[in-house]
Amino acid sequence: MFKEKVLKELQEAVPAWEARVQNTLTRHPERSPEFTTTSGIAVKRLYTPLDIAGQDYAHDLGFPGEYPYTRGVQPTMYRGRLWTMRQYAGFASAEESNRRYKYLLEQGQTGLSVAFDLPTQLGYDSDHPLAEGEVGKVGVAIDSLADMETLFDGIPLDKVSTSMTINAPAAILLAMYLAVAEKQGIGFDKLDGTIQNDILKEYAARGTYIFPPDPSMRLVTDIFAFCSEHVPRWNTISISGYHMREAGATAVQEVAFTLANGIAYVEAAIKKGLNVDKFASRLSFFFNAHNNLLEEVAKFRAARRLWARIMKERFGAQDPRSWMLRFHTQTAGSTLTAQQPENNIVRTTIQALAAVLGGTQSLHTNSFDEALALPTEKSVRIALRTQQILAYESGVADTVDPLAGSYFIESLTEEIERRAMEYIAKIDAMGGAPRAIEQGYIQREIQESAYRYQMEIERGERIVVGVNKFQIEEEIPQELLKVDPAVRDLQIKKLKEIKAKRDNLAVRQALKELRQAAEGEDNLMPPILKAVKVYATLGEICDVLRGVFGEYRAVESI
Amino acid sequence: MSQSKKIRVLVAKPGLDGHDRGAKVIARALRDAGMEVIYTGLRQTPEQIVAAALQENVDVVALSSLSGAHLHLFPRVTALLKEKGLGDVLVIGGGIIPAEDIPVLKAAGVAAIFTPGTATAAIIEFIRANVKRT
Repeated sequence: MFKEKVLKELQEAVPAWEARVQNTLTRHPERSPEFTTTSGIAVKRLYTPLDIAGQDYAHDLGFPGEYPYTRGVQPTMYRGRLWTMRQYAGFASAEESNRRYKYLLEQGQTGLSVAFDLPTQLGYDSDHPLAEGEVGKVGVAIDSLADMETLFDGIPLDKVSTSMTINAPAAILLAMYLAVAEKQGIGFDKLDGTIQNDILKEYAARGTYIFPPDPSMRLVTDIFAFCSEHVPRWNTISISGYHMREAGATAVQEVAFTLANGIAYVEAAIKKGLNVDKFASRLSFFFNAHNNLLEEVAKFRAARRLWARIMKERFGAQDPRSWMLRFHTQTAGSTLTAQQPENNIVRTTIQALAAVLGGTQSLHTNSFDEALALPTEKSVRIALRTQQILAYESGVADTVDPLAGSYFIESLTEEIERRAMEYIAKIDAMGGAPRAIEQGYIQREIQESAYRYQMEIERGERIVVGVNKFQIEEEIPQELLKVDPAVRDLQIKKLKEIKAKRDNLAVRQALKELRQAAEGEDNLMPPILKAVKVYATLGEICDVLRGVFGEYRAVESI
Repeated sequence: MSQSKKIRVLVAKPGLDGHDRGAKVIARALRDAGMEVIYTGLRQTPEQIVAAALQENVDVVALSSLSGAHLHLFPRVTALLKEKGLGDVLVIGGGIIPAEDIPVLKAAGVAAIFTPGTATAAIIEFIRANVKRT
């Protein structure tokens, strides 16, 4: 990228400058003998053209909207359209969540993001004994299509894009969404949105798996196949690094393990007989935005370039849309502190800035009180305002990939890509991500990083403001959101009503057909869709699948 | 020279939430501090946790919950422990637990609640100072 002459001069000038700096260092030593990123990448005092001398602009960066997409997936990026501001939310009952969605849409939010409660995520109806104490706690409780109808009441599904954080029972919740659209008279081809549907990271980090890996991968690829035919604009998966990062992974590990999981999904779909260009453009990603601003920006750029190369070179995808890594970002919940919680607004701002400088397609900003409880309406509004201030006041959205060409950013982008490729090669050698997860390799790598991070904080090598430095005596915070424990009773009452009202013969028939399909090899989406439409419950459908597939039990190690 | 018996700790995840970063970090820290640690894995019912506490003959049960179900789950564990004659087992808890819930949990027999930002060293110290068995 630089003229030979310039580089040659620098090869002498940089060491000479370092020598002059030695004098300063004896008088004013640096804050630390070494500086590293969260991934353990050494950060040098100074970066110069020498650090990116090997970079070839056309080959490694290119133009936005063009391979290898280092600079972004769209040609004009945020000059054309800002990222989608999408706050993950879901509370207690479908009625209450519906009100919150309408509130957020009125406040200028442009996409919905549905959080489900844990019983729903694990395929239990609200009346299941294991659901006790959990109904409506971390998201909305959905037992049947009736709840889904309430959830989206008065929200035309062709006017919003909806992201649903659902994995093990993703096919069922997607089927319910499709059934609601049908009732609103909206064709499947008009629907925009995403289901997370990323089961591999559930085994690796997030923990809401139900079935063993093989039938789970079948459900994932059944959704790919069904949507490529019938719901063409739907993002069929959100391959997620977010939760692995939250569980302790470094930036490099986040990229490596996410893309390794992505490779596994592509391989599974190809093995099923799908053409890569038929489904790859609907794959989407979900990353974390952590505290180390520059490392995060480099991480997003490296992930984009590496995925493009994998899709083109490894899988031979021809359609440029198959090469594009499009991603949602959420700021890092695990960085929020219970101490001096207002400081979290600042942390979230820095993290959100990293996501925007990294070219995210959509963004969730955490609320400052989330280390204490579920967020209140006020704290959610501040979080959304943070994005709006970045979008409309900061100026960072006015040119594409503004940090490109920074010696440090480009050097770090290369280094993250290189280290992620090393991990992926190692995982390939183990037989791919599903095997690496079964062997506990990915989990151990993440735990190791989590422990190291915690010990660095405890030794004071890593400062967390308000936690291990700059502490104050604090009053107990007020104004926290409480979930009404009566939600479960209400939900159980609704379940009883539905079961009394529906055509139970049709339900039995639909569940029987689902069982037969599950025992065979047919795509499971059509029988699931049929079952939800006659108001078979989530728990009933999952019980059928549990009966055929069995349940997964993790092997734990510490 | 007499050697004191190692403190045995059951680290448990009651309820349905899958957030076990904290539980695992603490399990590892307690082990590095010389304790014997058993980790239950995810999605344990209070009954399963107490059965494991009995079988493993532990001195401490450390509960972790981030889903908001702690008021339901933690008191159930302490009640069942008492029922099984394990009332002297030290029970501690951690996770996303609002300050106003802490007195309720303490009244139910949870000796201490450690919220985000707690150093593992503080937990180790608390266990050593308060363990009743051994």
